[in-house]
Amino acid sequence: MIPINDFLVLSSILFSLGIYGVLARRSAVLILMSVELMLQAVSINFIAFAVYLSPQAFTGLIFAVFVITIAAAEVGLALAIILRLYRNKATANVDEADTMKW
Amino acid sequence: MTYEEVIFYVVAVPTVVGAIGVVTARNVVHSALFLILSLLSVAGIFILLSAEFLAIVQVLIYGGAVTILVLFAMMLTRVRDMPAALDGPQRPFAALAAGAFMVVSIFSMESTEWPGETDKINVISIEQIGNDLFTTWAVPFEVASLVLMVALLGAIVLARGEEGE
Repeated sequence: MIPINDFLVLSSILFSLGIYGVLARRSAVLILMSVELMLQAVSINFIAFAVYLSPQAFTGLIFAVFVITIAAAEVGLALAIILRLYRNKATANVDEADTMKW
Repeated sequence: MTYEEVIFYVVAVPTVVGAIGVVTARNVVHSALFLILSLLSVAGIFILLSAEFLAIVQVLIYGGAVTILVLFAMMLTRVRDMPAALDGPQRPFAALAAGAFMVVSIFSMESTEWPGETDKINVISIEQIGNDLFTTWAVPFEVASLVLMVALLGAIVLARGEEGE
């Protein structure tokens, strides 16, 4: 059988790649995609803990359902905001939207 | 190596390869295609964890809706026309931070004693999930649907813009 650590290592790698993408990329769309990777890592972790460690309560599975729901809402909203930004600034790069930077 | 482990690596490798592609591809459309690969492989991981319902939801919502939305946003914001400098100057620091996080999390996970059995997957049926979702978790479930509705209404209002624009 697969030990739980395999899944946890996989989700750590995914989450780290997501962190790298969020910090290194400039375009808001690419940052959003990296955030999706991080959410996937969290979902894997939740489900792994639910099926290995607490199969009676399986709260992690329910949480993963909510994570996916909120992720769908987040993507829709974030893309609307990015479109707005592009219309006002003619760019979707986060380092060029610096009106509030002192 | 048991056959479960083989299947695990067959789905885990595309997941990681896709994720690396998302954060390093020089072409943003390739980046989105790598994202699809990664998300579908994560659905495979869910099936391996005996969470079939979540795997189906994953394919429908992520594989279908989210990637299409992302591709639309890419076309509308023309990220593709400015391929120069997709990454900022902070890239080495980003790699450092991500690497440090990975080392710390893997190390702390390996040194933790998990309570209970750590090498047996307990199958949780869709019936059980549905029962729990609509009894114990009924209120959060309704709140989540409200959040989804408000967020999508907000998205429509934001993206549509003011009258006469």
